[in-house]
Amino acid sequence: MAPKTKKVSQASAEAGRRGSDVRSDCWVNITPTDSGGIDLTFKSKVESMYGDATRELVRRELGALGVAHATVEIEDAGALPFVITARVEAAVRRLGLDVGEGYVPDFATGTEYPTEPQRFRRSRLYLPGNESKFMLNAGFHGPDGLILDLEDSVAPSQKDAARILVRNALRTLDFRGSERMVRINQGDAGLEDLDFIATHNVHVILIPKVEDPEQVRRVDEKTKKLLAAKKIEQPVYLMPIVESALGAFKAYEIATACDSIVALTIGLEDYTADIGAARTQEGRESFWARSQVLNAARAAGVQPIDTVFSDVSDMDGLREAVLEAKGLGFDGKGCIHPRQIAVIHEAFAPSEAELTRARKIVAAFEEAEAKGLAAVSLGSKMIDPPVVKRALRVVKLAEAMSK
Amino acid sequence: MTDNLVKNAAGRLVPTEVNGCEAVPFQGVGKYKPKGSKTAPPIRTCADYPADGNKVVADIKTALKNAGLRDGMTISSHHHFRNGDKVANQVFQAAAELGVKDIRWFPSAAFPCHAPLIDLLDSGVIHHIEGSMNGPLGDYASHGKMRGMGVLRSHGGRWQAIQDGEVHIDIAVIAAPTADPFGNANGVTGPSACGLLGFALADSIYADHVIAVTDNLIPFPCIPWQIQGNNVDQVVVMDSVGDPSKIISGTTQLTKSPDRLMIAEMTARFIRDTGIMKDGFSFQAGAGGTALAFAIFLKEMMIEAGIKARFVRGGSTKYLVEMLEEGLTDYILDGQTFDLNGVASMRDNQHHQDTSPFTSYNFHGKGCFASMLDATILGATEVDVDFNANVVTHSDGRLLHGIGGWQNCLAGKCVILPIPSVRDRIPVIVDRVTTLCGPGELIDVVVTERGIAINPRRTDLLEAVKGSGLPIRPIQEIKEEVESLSGGAPAPPKLGDKVIAAIKWVDGTVIDSVRQVAS
Repeated sequence: MAPKTKKVSQASAEAGRRGSDVRSDCWVNITPTDSGGIDLTFKSKVESMYGDATRELVRRELGALGVAHATVEIEDAGALPFVITARVEAAVRRLGLDVGEGYVPDFATGTEYPTEPQRFRRSRLYLPGNESKFMLNAGFHGPDGLILDLEDSVAPSQKDAARILVRNALRTLDFRGSERMVRINQGDAGLEDLDFIATHNVHVILIPKVEDPEQVRRVDEKTKKLLAAKKIEQPVYLMPIVESALGAFKAYEIATACDSIVALTIGLEDYTADIGAARTQEGRESFWARSQVLNAARAAGVQPIDTVFSDVSDMDGLREAVLEAKGLGFDGKGCIHPRQIAVIHEAFAPSEAELTRARKIVAAFEEAEAKGLAAVSLGSKMIDPPVVKRALRVVKLAEAMSK
Repeated sequence: MTDNLVKNAAGRLVPTEVNGCEAVPFQGVGKYKPKGSKTAPPIRTCADYPADGNKVVADIKTALKNAGLRDGMTISSHHHFRNGDKVANQVFQAAAELGVKDIRWFPSAAFPCHAPLIDLLDSGVIHHIEGSMNGPLGDYASHGKMRGMGVLRSHGGRWQAIQDGEVHIDIAVIAAPTADPFGNANGVTGPSACGLLGFALADSIYADHVIAVTDNLIPFPCIPWQIQGNNVDQVVVMDSVGDPSKIISGTTQLTKSPDRLMIAEMTARFIRDTGIMKDGFSFQAGAGGTALAFAIFLKEMMIEAGIKARFVRGGSTKYLVEMLEEGLTDYILDGQTFDLNGVASMRDNQHHQDTSPFTSYNFHGKGCFASMLDATILGATEVDVDFNANVVTHSDGRLLHGIGGWQNCLAGKCVILPIPSVRDRIPVIVDRVTTLCGPGELIDVVVTERGIAINPRRTDLLEAVKGSGLPIRPIQEIKEEVESLSGGAPAPPKLGDKVIAAIKWVDGTVIDSVRQVAS
């Protein structure tokens, strides 16, 4: 007997985007039929180069997803294979089919490197999770972290499609050593996101609008369960985002919610709205919350990371904002455009004076260690352990910058 | 099926006959050296021209009739207005009204604004086009609809073809933003000022008959006279010869793409870190978005290092003009103004010199400027692993772009192609370019967002970048990385047998041919 398409709940379903302004993406429409196999049309400017290869790929995918008979239309604007298969899968899922884990690409070269809890996180670049064209080359811009965002940058109606695209991106794209991050949605939607991303070598999950340590623990528990089921040992780290008055008040509890947390950050757009203030360049309205988050993070032994600087045209403003954040004690800043990355890294670089002092402290520390002394001293002054730790980090940062 | 194709020195199949004339296959760079004397226009006598110097006639139709236009003649036109040209369409409309057929159109370049001429190609007024075909006309030719074979030449190659007699121009029509009744003309003044008229210079000297068309007729003398009235037969006044705002259309916008900005910045760093950027150096960068951004990055690096160029080559834009005005270069030697700042600077600044393909690119000159440049920044639609490059066809085989001065610029001391490694899934680095326009031995560096590939022939450059921290990678490695993302190497284009265009090398030999695309 010929295979049948599994039971569907929709007459047809579409996914992706089409239109003259669309690039590196495609639109897929699938209408299941009773018989006749797959009737596939692929309209594309890359038809002569990749038409046959794409049709074969899509047929293989539909077979794997259990779609045996359907009319399938694809309008393509140069989407890469991982994007096309993500859009097809999204459309199939929208038909109401149970496709299990979906059509998951193999890990490509350059997608399986690990991370470290204490690595530098000076810059983190947000990329909209449903916009494939920005993802391809993002790693070449060299941010410390790349965030594929499932939350605010994705329209509510596209959350399901974005998860699949982000999963495929995680398995396909080489981010050139940048830490691989995903910002999930709030609440239950965020927990559903985990099914699509937790086991695909995501390094850090950003949890938005955290007001209670329980939110973090739920994400942590589910992530650990998903990893254990796949016998994955590399842990997934967490970075909660404080974005409200309540969150700011509970910052320390949040920062210590579980052992997976490596950093704590703050989102000022939502925070200022929550306290009833307008967000200003000067930032007096958010000074307390930022200090609260910073101190909570330091107290918890995780990295304090500052908010996003979103005016991409104001590089001088960005530089000032980073210097101010550094001055307050923050270790990193968020950004939304690749051109901001170099500015952030330059501003976080230790000054000559800082570096000279740090090197002296490190030398003193090494000398004390060699002599088996418990206390480190520089000249007549005793140096406390946190100062030594800080100095070690400054020297390491300078080394990283000179590479 | 086009018969008598032979394999040329670059291994490409090319026709030995183009539109009924014998064609020489490419023999290698600098190998083909025709002998004999240059061509010359017919002897004229000033007794036959109005003594009062007034050569103005009623309209273009009258001028064409006076010029003796008949079937099968060659008419030339020029692209100083790029996509804003209004003259060529009117010339051929007038030719159609005069009932002539089978004209060879010899433009310095054709643009999308000339799409209405497709009707005249269909109706037989125009037989075929010998000149770069951008956009719809290229697409028309690609589908095998043009009767004759297209011939694409570089700016220098066009001058060469005129000088050595390969192309005989019967009537040259020169759009002039300002002219006097004697025929002196320039492009730097008048309401339609577009810059210079360098592409029309050869035509004005060698054509049998020269018509200057202007929308700004001034009393004699028109100064400066970039075109000399002594070479001009007739003057025609039109309402408008072109839209100068369109000279910036197309490729001349500064890029906002972060990837292209990164490529531009890496290119500038390459020039700095290899030591090419030094006091008194020279460079040429075109008007593509990446090239403009490159100029801005390089300028910052020059300021930081306290370095000044002796000259830069345009296409000029406001970015080059700023460099001149801020003292970062002594001169702009300009072949084409790409924006209105360039036009104004050429008019007002003695250090902004207009040039022509004769000075800069011509194969039959006693030297040309292109080979003196320390760094030349160019684009390409495709590059192959042997550094051969294509600028005229897309990877699907369609002919969509002209050569411009690109081939001529390959003579530079360090030729760099800053290009993205992938464009909407289409890999830019391929095993073998669809159409060969520039031999790999002349292309030194390919800068992509995935790294910089240096031609292995340039051991000096490979040595110079050591310790610079620039991401130098083998070109093969970049190609394979992109292919793994795109789903393998692209399938070769589906092409018919018919050769629809010949690609000339700078010396007039045929370096490659373009086939009809399967529709």
